[in-house]
Amino acid sequence: MSEQASVLYDIPGPRARRVNLIVSIVFGLGLLALAWWVLSVLASKNQLTAEKWSPFLQAQNWTTYLLPGLWATLEAAALSVVIALPVGALLGIARMSDHGWIRWPAGIVVEFFRSIPVIILMLFAFELWFFVFDAASPFAAVVIGLVLYNGSVLAEVFRAGILAVPNGQTEAAFAIGLRKSQVMTIVLLPQAITSMLPAVVSQLVVVVKDTALGGILVGYSELRRAGSISASNYGNLLPTYFVIAVMYIVINLLLGNLSTWVERKLRTRRGGPVLEIEAGAQTDLMAARQEILVLDEPGSASVMPQTERGFDSRP
Amino acid sequence: MDFSFLSDPRYNVIGAFWMTVQLTFWSAIGAFILGVVLAAMRVCPVPLMRGFAGGVVNIVRNIPLTLIIIMMSQVIANQLGLKLAVREAGVNPQGYLDTQNFRLAVLGFIIYTSTFVCEAVRSGINTVPPGQAEAARAIGLTFIQVIGIVVLPQAIRAVVAPLGSVLIALTKNTTVASAIGVSEAALLMNTLIENESDKFTAVFIVIAAGFIVLTLPTGLIFGSLAKRASVKR
Repeated sequence: MSEQASVLYDIPGPRARRVNLIVSIVFGLGLLALAWWVLSVLASKNQLTAEKWSPFLQAQNWTTYLLPGLWATLEAAALSVVIALPVGALLGIARMSDHGWIRWPAGIVVEFFRSIPVIILMLFAFELWFFVFDAASPFAAVVIGLVLYNGSVLAEVFRAGILAVPNGQTEAAFAIGLRKSQVMTIVLLPQAITSMLPAVVSQLVVVVKDTALGGILVGYSELRRAGSISASNYGNLLPTYFVIAVMYIVINLLLGNLSTWVERKLRTRRGGPVLEIEAGAQTDLMAARQEILVLDEPGSASVMPQTERGFDSRP
Repeated sequence: MDFSFLSDPRYNVIGAFWMTVQLTFWSAIGAFILGVVLAAMRVCPVPLMRGFAGGVVNIVRNIPLTLIIIMMSQVIANQLGLKLAVREAGVNPQGYLDTQNFRLAVLGFIIYTSTFVCEAVRSGINTVPPGQAEAARAIGLTFIQVIGIVVLPQAIRAVVAPLGSVLIALTKNTTVASAIGVSEAALLMNTLIENESDKFTAVFIVIAAGFIVLTLPTGLIFGSLAKRASVKR
């Protein structure tokens, strides 16, 4: 990215450096003024006093409200992903079926749940659960809503991953006499799963953020909702939401970095040795080309007339 | 299945979806402008601006939208006193609250969605061939001109389809505004389910159909727009 960006402007000379410095100073001063203004507003509304922030030093605040909330968030997110993965795999494979009567319903299900807000799904799941089991379960509503949505999203990820496996793999598998189900389970899926792992991990970020939807209408006491109860107890709404935001940012940045790490790991694991061989093959090919070019030159024709004739068939 | 609630004057289904459309419309315009500005800042020659834009994007993107919207209302407006609507004395405060909450929600959606617009536009900038920017620099254009006249127009044409997905996600995300009492589709569904709990399947079908009617054409329109806008190379 940085290489691409540097294409957009020259390496700064003396004048450009001066302009950059001036812009930096003006922008920096603007940021400082903004920070000062924010802090002064916070101070004038008594948000920076010790009593607003000291509840975070009390163990009770964490053990009663914040950590159970965090646990509820992570629990719902983890369970949703664990269920959504096989659901997504099934839907994704069904969408690539040779039979229209499997392919079409799967496609409709995937597109339907992808185009509906998760809150709506959670509300429906809440009512459905209540109707079937005669008991309110916000947790089940959140998990069902997240599974329906993310299962459909992961179905597309699975489909893309399977389609990305080179065609030769399928052809070779059929050629050695494997059946359709064997080609999918032994050959295509294992390769697809490694290539789509980064996408699945980054979907985790979406799931963790979406658990917060459960706190709005179906009343699941995840981190945000637990935090608001803590805040009304200690009378520190702004500090609590600030701490919760930081918690979310840390979790999601870690997940994001995990996704990048997995991607890099997989690329080196799969591509490393292959790339070396390819690079070697390429240089050989280049050398061969150069030889051909040399042979094509009129001057070298007298040296190796036979080869020259072989390459130049023009009369 | 009983759809009688559709003709009940207590429930304004069309009005709720009109509110969803309005939320989406104003948020989309604001998020597009802010997102493009953030993308330009992320690739600009001033390191401080690059760092600032990158930091903002990485922070905002990782906070749940629910938390942002609720903070807009409870923290920014109620505790810090941000007023986005005029409150007239002697008038029913409901109108003021509705306008205030609507504008707070739009502001929250703009802040959240602009980070996704920024990432989409930035990936579009990467698709513009380096020769374009080099040629622009060679004829003596400044950075603002290079990015504004040459690079961004091509970058945005390349990311029409991803921007369409961002718009669809925004349409669905407007349901979060129900958390601060904006009377859009999700809040209506909540009310309907509470009052007509025996018809919850019919309610779900109506609300789901409404969102499909909103998001399906968006996807189709942006798909064909993307084909027409794509830069032939």
